[in-house]
Amino acid sequence: MNTPTPSSGQRVHYLNASYGVRSWLLTIDHKRIAILYLIGVTVFFAIGGIAAALIRLELLTPAGDVFQAETYNKIFTTHGVMMVFFFMIPGIPAVLGNFLVPLMIGARDLAFPRINLLSWYLYIIGGLIALWAVVHGGLDTGWTFYTPYSTVYSNGWVVVTAVGIFIAGFSSILTGLNFLVTIHTMRAPGMTWTRMPLFCWGMYAAAIIQILGTPVVAITILLVGAERLFHLGIFDPAQGGDPVLFQHLFWFYSHPAVYIMILPAMAVISELVTAFSRKPIFGYKFIAGSSIAIAVLSFLVWGHHMFVSGQSVYAGLVFSVLSFLVAIPSAIKVFNWTATLYKGSVSYQTPLLYALGFIGLFTFGGLTGLFLACLGLDIHVHDTYFIVAHFHYIMVGGTIMAYLGGLHYWWPKISGKIYPEYWSRVSAWVIFIGFNLTFFPQFIVGYLGMPRRYHAYPEEFQVLNVMSTAGASILGIGYLIPLVYFIWSMRYGQDAADNPWGATGLEWQTSSPPPTENFEDTPVVTGRPYDYLTGRGEEAAVG
Amino acid sequence: MSGHGKGHGGLGAYFAVFAALMVLTALTVWAAYQHLGIWNTPLALTIATTKAALVALIFMHLKDSPKLTAMVVGSSILFLAFLLFVTASDYLTRRWIPIYFR
Amino acid sequence: MASSTPAAPAAPPELRHHFASLEAQKEASSLGMWIFLVTEVLFFGGMFTAYAIYRETYRHAFEGASNLLDLRLGAFNTVVLIVSSLTMALAVWASQQGRTRLLGLFLVLTMTLGTTFLVVKYFEYAHKFENHEVPGPHFVVPLDEATHQLLPRQSEMFFSLYFCMTGLHALHMIIGIGLLLWLLRKALRGDFTVRYNTPVDMVGLYWHFVDIVWIFLFPLLYLLGRHTL
Repeated sequence: MNTPTPSSGQRVHYLNASYGVRSWLLTIDHKRIAILYLIGVTVFFAIGGIAAALIRLELLTPAGDVFQAETYNKIFTTHGVMMVFFFMIPGIPAVLGNFLVPLMIGARDLAFPRINLLSWYLYIIGGLIALWAVVHGGLDTGWTFYTPYSTVYSNGWVVVTAVGIFIAGFSSILTGLNFLVTIHTMRAPGMTWTRMPLFCWGMYAAAIIQILGTPVVAITILLVGAERLFHLGIFDPAQGGDPVLFQHLFWFYSHPAVYIMILPAMAVISELVTAFSRKPIFGYKFIAGSSIAIAVLSFLVWGHHMFVSGQSVYAGLVFSVLSFLVAIPSAIKVFNWTATLYKGSVSYQTPLLYALGFIGLFTFGGLTGLFLACLGLDIHVHDTYFIVAHFHYIMVGGTIMAYLGGLHYWWPKISGKIYPEYWSRVSAWVIFIGFNLTFFPQFIVGYLGMPRRYHAYPEEFQVLNVMSTAGASILGIGYLIPLVYFIWSMRYGQDAADNPWGATGLEWQTSSPPPTENFEDTPVVTGRPYDYLTGRGEEAAVG
Repeated sequence: MSGHGKGHGGLGAYFAVFAALMVLTALTVWAAYQHLGIWNTPLALTIATTKAALVALIFMHLKDSPKLTAMVVGSSILFLAFLLFVTASDYLTRRWIPIYFR
Repeated sequence: MASSTPAAPAAPPELRHHFASLEAQKEASSLGMWIFLVTEVLFFGGMFTAYAIYRETYRHAFEGASNLLDLRLGAFNTVVLIVSSLTMALAVWASQQGRTRLLGLFLVLTMTLGTTFLVVKYFEYAHKFENHEVPGPHFVVPLDEATHQLLPRQSEMFFSLYFCMTGLHALHMIIGIGLLLWLLRKALRGDFTVRYNTPVDMVGLYWHFVDIVWIFLFPLLYLLGRHTL
């Protein structure tokens, strides 16, 4: 692995410190591992995106004329499994979190660098196993694996897919573990909890969920596999089992899981909003506290996925009330971001365009979440496209926008290059327009009664479905453009300064890209975070 | 059960806990045969929890660990309690009939 | 707390480059292991939840099925694990004292006890297979020990949970024994000193946790129906 260092005159940093496939596949540098994850999540996103394209293709016409019903079921299952477990859950934590957390707290690496690499391998192995199942015929249960269909009657690759997800779950747990220990024990001298960037607070809160929630879905998936292989009957009514128990155990994780997806996104938005308003964030402690509150409360609301399952009405009532409550910390964050922008010196560069898109779309999707928390209304729209639209507004309009915004904001730090500003704005607008055209019509058809997970639908819904498919095509193009220019920028982009945005934060106090050990000397923190007004803030004894 | 004061402080505690665990095991087996009605289960769980606490506090040195460790342990118990009790609350209230249906 | 500058004394070999000191490294390792044990609590906890729900739903079936488990073997195994927890604690103590031979002895004792547990478990499982008490297509509804009537059909659910819970526990024991073997190898190479015994400590935490799981499994699986006898 000790390959020749670059020719004299060129600065050594983490990207050129060593060359060769082995130096990447055996790296323990958190920044390289972040890049490895970036490649991985992009590939799985593409696979999930192809599945989405096939779904929208089928839904162009009311009749189920492109795919047979069972094939269509396999396609939307692939879309869900790939997107949820192999893109959304790892996404921001594994890519941006891995890269930035040590830098932001002034550390040289995460607490357990080798476990970090193991996390990546587990992720890839899990993904390949799940992909094997897709290629060999797929799974038709939906990403939610409801029993007893998944354990007894399905003809798809249940056990193989379950194994893939189980292994990826371990990856998620280890990443969360790494972040928790790192943030607790490796902050630079002077970086108290309230001087830590809000990005780290968000990663911390998401890590809590990863630790406490993932094991429950892991054991549930194991039980599903065991039931299918050994005919155990734990969730099969024919043998005395209760399918609703499966749903309880499954959603105990899967609801907090969506907060694993959104908390890191909110963490990114906090950073973007303050940097591009050139103003300290409004309500730092409220945003930090809200992150923790969301992490805890998210574990108490899972029954709102089960209002029509046969669970008791009284349990449903309690879940409904708690689901309304969990919206409050999210709303607090939106108010604080808005207050930060207010009277700030706002510059509308691409990362902020994504952040503004997030704030609008997440709020919109979140409000529809309140509709769903309402027990009576949810019964009407459960298993319709209203639900599909709701969660895509949050996950795509929210999380993916934040992911792209963060990727643009920190791209100079990660790659040492500047992306082309014109094309980045074009793609931001294409994505925003494509997204809304795709998913807004789905609220309408859902409310009017179009069910989800069916390959055919009544004719009166066709116009809106065609709009949605048109939007999806535009959205797909919008995602391709950054892929092209990011890669282009690595070769032809302008070199980036250490701090091209003039932002606060320890990650901007070191070079772009950073050296392998992150900082020449350990930084010492003396001031408040986001100290745009006085200009005092972190100091780093940078060589 | 010998070996108190074997040379280093703390060793005595290990053997004391060992003795306690053996006694509690015998106790829980004995108690299982007694007709205590609905108290059989809570008693068994109390004894098991006591045994677990002794192992955690003394063998796992939780007693001498930083406060953070205790919070970490506490959080796991709290969230397991969420899982158990909230799930159970569904099953326990299934047969309750809303007042306006009676 | 500066990172390594040219004039600093040579760092101890066990200190990893990204930690400021052995203290910090030990603190991080310990926190990391405890957090991992938290995930294990929730991992087993899912099955305990399933157990709790079904036990209340099928109380009579569960009590009757539980009585079919061999209490003597279960109690013996409980004692075996408690002793192994003691020997593990003593192993950690020995490593803190830098007493390598004693450490090796206690590690071997712990491994032996763990293996004993697994051997007993094997015999228990084999017995179940012989009696057609394994859930699935070959399950035969057994007779209640107390009344000699057929148990309810849902006794199969008890056995499903029994095999899943004790099976997962046994898997953790096997992994634990593997970790102990790894520790033994390192100990014999002289890797552990008074200054550095973190891996022993961490494996100790894991081993004690696996014991704690059994402390709950034993009464819930073996004892819940004895009062009906």
